[in-house]
Amino acid sequence: MVTIKETLNEACEEYFLPGNSCCAGCGLEIALRWAMKALGPKTALVTPASCLNVVIGLWPKTAPNFPFINMAFAAGASAATGVDAAFKAKAYRFPNQGWDKMTTLVFAGDGGTTDIGIQALSGAAERNSNILYVCYDNEAYMNTGIQRSSSTPHSAITTTTPFGKQRYKKNLPRIMEAHEIPYIATCSVSEPLDLYEKFKKAKDIEGCKYIHILAPCPPGWGYGAEDTIEMARLAIKSGLWILYEVENGVKTISKASKKYVDPSKRIPLIEYLSKQKRFRTVSEQQLIKLQEGIDKSWKVILSEIEAQEK
Amino acid sequence: MISKTNNIIQKRETKIIKGNVAAAYAAKSARVQMISAYPITPQTTVVEKLSEFVDGGEMPGTQYIKVESEHSVMASVIGASIAGTRTFTATSGQGLFYMNEMIHWAAGTRLPIVTAIASRGAAPPWNIWADFSDVINARDTGWMSAFCATHQEIYDEILMSYKVCEDYDVLLPKFVAYGGFILSHTSKPVIIEDQDLVDQYLPPLPDEKGWPQIFLDPERPMMHGNLIMPSGFYSEFRMKIQDTLMKTKDKIKIASKEFEKTFGRSYGNGLIEEFNMDDADVGIIIYGDLALQMEQAVEELREEGYKVGMVKLRHYRPFPTEDIRKIAKKVEVLGVMDRATAFGSPTGGPVSGDVLSCLYDTGITTKVLPMMAGIGGREVTLVQQKEELKTLIKIKETGELPNNLIHGTLWDGILEVK
Repeated sequence: MVTIKETLNEACEEYFLPGNSCCAGCGLEIALRWAMKALGPKTALVTPASCLNVVIGLWPKTAPNFPFINMAFAAGASAATGVDAAFKAKAYRFPNQGWDKMTTLVFAGDGGTTDIGIQALSGAAERNSNILYVCYDNEAYMNTGIQRSSSTPHSAITTTTPFGKQRYKKNLPRIMEAHEIPYIATCSVSEPLDLYEKFKKAKDIEGCKYIHILAPCPPGWGYGAEDTIEMARLAIKSGLWILYEVENGVKTISKASKKYVDPSKRIPLIEYLSKQKRFRTVSEQQLIKLQEGIDKSWKVILSEIEAQEK
Repeated sequence: MISKTNNIIQKRETKIIKGNVAAAYAAKSARVQMISAYPITPQTTVVEKLSEFVDGGEMPGTQYIKVESEHSVMASVIGASIAGTRTFTATSGQGLFYMNEMIHWAAGTRLPIVTAIASRGAAPPWNIWADFSDVINARDTGWMSAFCATHQEIYDEILMSYKVCEDYDVLLPKFVAYGGFILSHTSKPVIIEDQDLVDQYLPPLPDEKGWPQIFLDPERPMMHGNLIMPSGFYSEFRMKIQDTLMKTKDKIKIASKEFEKTFGRSYGNGLIEEFNMDDADVGIIIYGDLALQMEQAVEELREEGYKVGMVKLRHYRPFPTEDIRKIAKKVEVLGVMDRATAFGSPTGGPVSGDVLSCLYDTGITTKVLPMMAGIGGREVTLVQQKEELKTLIKIKETGELPNNLIHGTLWDGILEVK
């Protein structure tokens, strides 16, 4: 694990610049800022329809100082596949110019990943396209006004689930595992060092990489802008969001989540839910359901790790 | 068994090949750097042949991605084109409909993408046979579109298309459409040109910097497709696409002339090709493979003493308004034959509607008869085409329209329905 001092020394360069139009306390902004610090300037970013299309700046203002393609909603992974193919074709015609060292990054929201973009993502993963696909997960369609997505958690109120969502959150990292791609990781904006390290690692892996970042959204979740890090942290502390990596099929729980393998170390889920207006109508029964979901995730993940150790 | 050959330079040779294979050879001759495709009948043999070329080592450096849908086809081609490579794909009917969102994206980004279309009818009911409703459906997207009548024309038009699309004053995408099965799956002799000559004819591949104004380069960070407010330049970007397309008519003519100079084959002025029109008093505008047989119908009626002529529409977008006006002035009666539907439009046929609209306020009084035939691959015989011409002749002689028109349009070869 890198130390804060080391990270700050090597990651002082900024690529996602101030002057963007993110909301105060935007989880996405933190995620992209730290991801780019790890990936560096030889990165081309593709972003399907999402908040990021807007917050990078209305034309002619642009906050990123790296190449950036705004893309159609369903087309993040496929457009990135094309970009990577072009870099390979350029590396053939212009060898030793660094075109083969380019990172092709996708930064998509949970709607663009778990709903409309899943076909293209699945295709890219099956082909093992040399792209790094990132889902910044704020658990609803925030850009269009907080509608439910398949990544919205059970019981959460959105503008299209006014009485709370009736279904569970789609577990996309697990779906990506089924594609047997070389690298999968979960991250949180509350753990920038962990995020930084995982992106550094992903950058040097050939093939399809998938990173899923929990990125809280103050207006969408209903909490104060100053509490984004706290929300992301509570998600980890309650065991709701588990940080882990899957490298070539081998799963390991990341440091920040290790402590919460022990259920007695986890904080009660209500401490996380009660700070967000989207969970304001959660009943006791729903709370039990949500807790069951958490327990089940841990059970599955731990049994898998146990099985691979045998 | 596919033999692996290492970068053998193509010499001029005549091959007896399918229309789809001619399209694949054109992509190879154009040295495309990136191909993305998804199989759909009747386009499949294009992508199969390209797989043989790429995997067999005949297209060194070319990246070929077999994606999971047509939407992803066009998205990946757009990504590769933005990053500064010459790209190619091919599709048909439903595939083109499915990629429609990305079709707009390609033109809006001003990318010189060339796409072959083995045209087929729209479902339902399922139909996989010649019908240009697929490419017509994409007409308002900013893409150019060309129709081919012969196997050789498929090969030739794809080469001409790269020349036009990659012109720095153009930078727009283009469809090269030909009838499914009728051209895609039949074999004819096609001249595959000398690679050196093709290299001379085409613009050089994009250099390391990419296209002018469009690039994906870490040294010159650029953002593509930002959100833009109504007060920004959105209206102007759209106006520029229209402006460019209209000016592209001249570029197409020049590319066609240079093609003739280089390879010795000509296709009229590039936009249209006239056949026996000089002294004709009755003419027909027709496109795609139906035009080939119509040549014979015209010849046979000429032998019978009728002054008939034919105009092969080679480009649908940009629409050759000026040429069509000149043609219309020459004749007394002009038939416009569509092999595509435009439901609810004034004539029901896309081209006939456009022909009528470009004659407005020109003082031209030529009688125009909108006609439809061959929809969904329905066979159109030579005898039938001669009858179509005779119908036009009869209008000239009697001044009266036939009494079997359906909402003003002659649907030829249609079965009796309730």
